[in-house]
Amino acid sequence: MTGYIFSLDGTALLRACPGGVAQGLIWGIMALGVFMTFRMLNFADLTVDGSFATGGAVCIMLIMKGCNPEVALIVSFAAGLSAGLATGLLHTLFGIPDILAGILTQLGLWSVNLKLLGGKSNQAINVNLVTLHITSNARYLSRTIIIMVVFCAILISILYWYLGTEQGSAIRATGINPKMSRAQGINTDGMKVLALALSNGMVALAGGILAQFQGFADANMGRGAIVIGLAAVIIGEVIGESIFKKGMSFILRLGFVVVGGVIYYLVYVLVLWLKFPANDMKLLTAIVVAAFLAVPYLKEKKKNSFHKVARENKKSGIISGKGEE
Amino acid sequence: MLEVIDIHKTFNPGTINEKVALNGVSFTLNDGDFCTVIGGNGAGKSTIMNAICGVWPVDSGAIVIDGNDVSGLSEHERAPFLGRVFQDPMIGTAADMQIDENMALAARRGEQRTLRWGVTAAEREQYKEILKTLDLGLEERLTAKVGLLSGGQRQALTLLMATMKRPKLLLLDEHTAALDPKTAAKVLETTDKIVKQHNLTTMMVTHNMRDAIAHGNRLIMMNEGRIVIDVKGEEKAKLTVEDLLHKFEEVAGRDSVSDRMVLS
Repeated sequence: MTGYIFSLDGTALLRACPGGVAQGLIWGIMALGVFMTFRMLNFADLTVDGSFATGGAVCIMLIMKGCNPEVALIVSFAAGLSAGLATGLLHTLFGIPDILAGILTQLGLWSVNLKLLGGKSNQAINVNLVTLHITSNARYLSRTIIIMVVFCAILISILYWYLGTEQGSAIRATGINPKMSRAQGINTDGMKVLALALSNGMVALAGGILAQFQGFADANMGRGAIVIGLAAVIIGEVIGESIFKKGMSFILRLGFVVVGGVIYYLVYVLVLWLKFPANDMKLLTAIVVAAFLAVPYLKEKKKNSFHKVARENKKSGIISGKGEE
Repeated sequence: MLEVIDIHKTFNPGTINEKVALNGVSFTLNDGDFCTVIGGNGAGKSTIMNAICGVWPVDSGAIVIDGNDVSGLSEHERAPFLGRVFQDPMIGTAADMQIDENMALAARRGEQRTLRWGVTAAEREQYKEILKTLDLGLEERLTAKVGLLSGGQRQALTLLMATMKRPKLLLLDEHTAALDPKTAAKVLETTDKIVKQHNLTTMMVTHNMRDAIAHGNRLIMMNEGRIVIDVKGEEKAKLTVEDLLHKFEEVAGRDSVSDRMVLS
């Protein structure tokens, strides 16, 4: 035990933090996409595991072909749009249940992604040959973080504006009450497709940025992305609500989605530093997300349970002669 | 004006659950008519409402609103013509959105949802004025989430939302059935006021004979997917609960009068 503690190097943790922050910001963008479907549309969209890798693959392959990295990101976004479109159409046009529609697109994208990557499971760019503004190169890491913070702020502002427009309101109404939305003339199927496309666009954009950051794209880079996205959304909500209580405005809610992503990656860095095997991270993430999803349910149940009534009746002696002394 | 022409609808055809819900329903409402629809459970009252709203396509027949054949339009495509209030107060509004946001959604019924602001400052002032007419103090709670309101408040708000953009036809589907008697009376009073104010063509489904008689200038009674009684004008004005019960027993048989219709 003492040996283990002495083997931990505090400065190594500090050195790893900026990388964690940068990755967290990138996943924060991905989480904003998840927020759009999971929280606004009430649709757990599993497409993202595929579209995240699609975004990465498109970006890396285009850069390898000499495309400007920023232009490549726009194409990544467009690729994500079409992935979301596919899920949306499977769901609305063919009546396939939401989760299954996402899984089908995700599975199909696996083959598409491998094709994009030229039949290999991963492709790397020669980072010495292209100028990347977003890079994990330690020398430029602080610049990368600044760029990402600014980019996240811009994206949050755009999302805040969009969800406040007539169209954004219609998307939110569709998620909350589809029957009422149709009665108010909202094309609920259209809104679902639109939101799914935009959400996957953001997810693929994040995939493209991550690929640039690490210098390669991998067919597996999106595995479990939905859970990481949910983790960021939920961690952000829990922390935001504990700080601002009920006064949390919508723009803060969006901001805390990204904060949730950063915190998730800082915890990730910490856990790795504590010498947890990297392969266990997915299990750990799944447990954390399950716990956070379970807490509000269990809290409600504790307030409102048969067991509690039975216990209290026993205690109070409301049934004559059966009470405790 | 509403024309309903020989509507048929059978649910689950060819199965043991087959149910002929509408069996040749035809009627015409003139502009400004306020028609109450009454009938026992399963008579087809709510079904005819859903047929008009386009919740599902009819098997045969036509629905013409203000000269437009809407039979082939989906639910949201017909919405521009219709104002709707549902039986369940939770259905008419979006709980997790603010009062002003809900009203703004209704104000844009039938319009393209663009990238303009969802609610403007000018609209908020206008909504405050409209809300004052309800006399529920909602004008002070414009930014409150609708989920915080009581069932009666939500139903009153839904009624405003259904009528703020003048519908060709106002459809009220047992919209007071889920409320306590006092609140129900208040919502009905508001309904009468709004309908009169804008001279709206209205259909109101109710299971309450007294309400059906007290409101509107026309009364339709349904049984087994058909219209069995249709009274209007002078005759409707003189109608009593006893008359109605008697008439209904005549056409539908003694057993078909449900307790719910008589007692409430």
